[in-house]
Amino acid sequence: MPADHSYAAVMAERAGIMRASVGIDYARYETGVLAFDYERMLADTGYDIAAAQAVQRETAVGDTPLVELHNITALVRRLASPGKGARIFVKDEAANPSGSFKDRRASLSVHEARRRGYPGVAAATSGNYGAAVASQAAKAGLRCIVVQEAFDSRGVAQPEIEEKTRACEAYGAEVIRLSVGPELFYVFLMVLRETGYFNASLYTPYSVLGIETLGHELAVQTKERTGRFPDVVIATHAGGGNVTGTARGLRKAGATDTQVIAASVDLAGLHMASDHDFNRKSFTTGHTGFSMPFTTWPDRADVPRNAARPLRYLDRFVTVTQGEVFYATQVLAELEGLERGPAGNTSLAAAFAIARELDEAQVVVVQETEYTGAGKHPIAQLNLARRMGIEVARGDPRDSRPGERILIPTHPAQIRVVDVDLDRVRRSYLRHALEGLAPGTRPGEADVRFLAEETRSSEDFVAEVIHEQAGTTG
Amino acid sequence: MTELTPKGTWVEIYRVILPAGERAPQVPEDTAGVPLVMRVKGWLAAPAAPGAEAEIVTPAGRRLRGTLVAVNPAYTHGFGPPIPELSGVGPEVRAILGGEAGDE
Repeated sequence: MPADHSYAAVMAERAGIMRASVGIDYARYETGVLAFDYERMLADTGYDIAAAQAVQRETAVGDTPLVELHNITALVRRLASPGKGARIFVKDEAANPSGSFKDRRASLSVHEARRRGYPGVAAATSGNYGAAVASQAAKAGLRCIVVQEAFDSRGVAQPEIEEKTRACEAYGAEVIRLSVGPELFYVFLMVLRETGYFNASLYTPYSVLGIETLGHELAVQTKERTGRFPDVVIATHAGGGNVTGTARGLRKAGATDTQVIAASVDLAGLHMASDHDFNRKSFTTGHTGFSMPFTTWPDRADVPRNAARPLRYLDRFVTVTQGEVFYATQVLAELEGLERGPAGNTSLAAAFAIARELDEAQVVVVQETEYTGAGKHPIAQLNLARRMGIEVARGDPRDSRPGERILIPTHPAQIRVVDVDLDRVRRSYLRHALEGLAPGTRPGEADVRFLAEETRSSEDFVAEVIHEQAGTTG
Repeated sequence: MTELTPKGTWVEIYRVILPAGERAPQVPEDTAGVPLVMRVKGWLAAPAAPGAEAEIVTPAGRRLRGTLVAVNPAYTHGFGPPIPELSGVGPEVRAILGGEAGDE
């Protein structure tokens, strides 16, 4: 009998398709009505730092340079009070085989797919991760399918995604390009069901453990170069894996006092599933359209339990504007001789503002760069913005408006970060968790403990929110 | 008569996956009003006419059917003209550095 391709039928098969495609029985980690054993889920994969490094070295992933940005540091010190302006370093992840830190995420998944005898790998991604999976699959001799959200209903493709299509095809992958919409997941499920490929999801334990080597490496390199662990590491934040893996790697290297700051491009007001808004974003990742929903509810991912759980690790969460990131990208090229893609420079823009407030002896590490080129470039993005009727001008970035006006700062002192209220994010997380409970079920002791760990808060805080929630719904 | 594109040519096919009105319930109004469409490239499995139904073999070895919409499709993304609002940034920050460097 032929398989039922209807939306409802495929979505109903979701759990079984996922279990077969990632080879993880998530149900065995459940310890309560909400709680699950996160650390055991990760540990059961068998990848510690050394094991992950061994796999990654096979394909020249990792061991990327840590570059001190002397000139940007000098610039920041010109803007800072006397004695202020921390040293800024960047981890040049563009040196990975496919040009971004995503190779670290793809490497363990593709290694697992081959080890377990899957005929190929598939990934649902419009970003650098697709090229990373395709590159790793090419080396492993596995077939590869990448499913992208690529163009709007008028057929206008996002230039950054067009470049990712080209890169994936260069590595020999099949690329399924779709118009805008969350039903990409439905298409992805059909691909997995038909092919029996491994789901190289961004959110499995492999994907997050692969990033631990980045946090570990930069901690060791910083210590060697400066005699201290980084005071601050800034990570561009989207689906949460980058922040989670980096923070875990830092801890494993002993850098337990390092402050982990997540930075996202502010795209407030633009709807991520809107056909109209799709090409009014200059950033396809590293923005609040991903980071807000994934921080407040990680399990919206394409696997039952997301291994990326950013709220467990965030010390601070800030946003910057599109114009500030383009400015930082231009400065990185012209003062440091590093032409790198804009999305990876989100945390660099944040570093301008954050390093300014720290002491000169302190060290800030921007934890990634990405390659740049046609499509993946500020010039391509700003030309698209103009074509879409968005105003592009010089001005104070605080007057910018996502989807309407992009302002390139007139002076580096205008770059600032806006803090996201983590307490509100925690409450939002807890509301999502409690709303997901089956009727009549109540969180038990294990669940309250789990929720406190998840939100890096206390059991008292969790109990308080549960009480408030009961008051509003009861 | 339309000329057939030979078997083995690298082409792109197009297919409607979900028509407007049959989109997922959670999509916003503007997205719900347009179809979800797919474009995939591969090698033609048999000669076909542009604009007609065709079958391709993808790089992953899958056979997919759809309307033949492009033959040896180009990569058209690029940079476009320089953005004047960005071009001035380098000289400005060098001036900030150079202008005050002499004071030290």
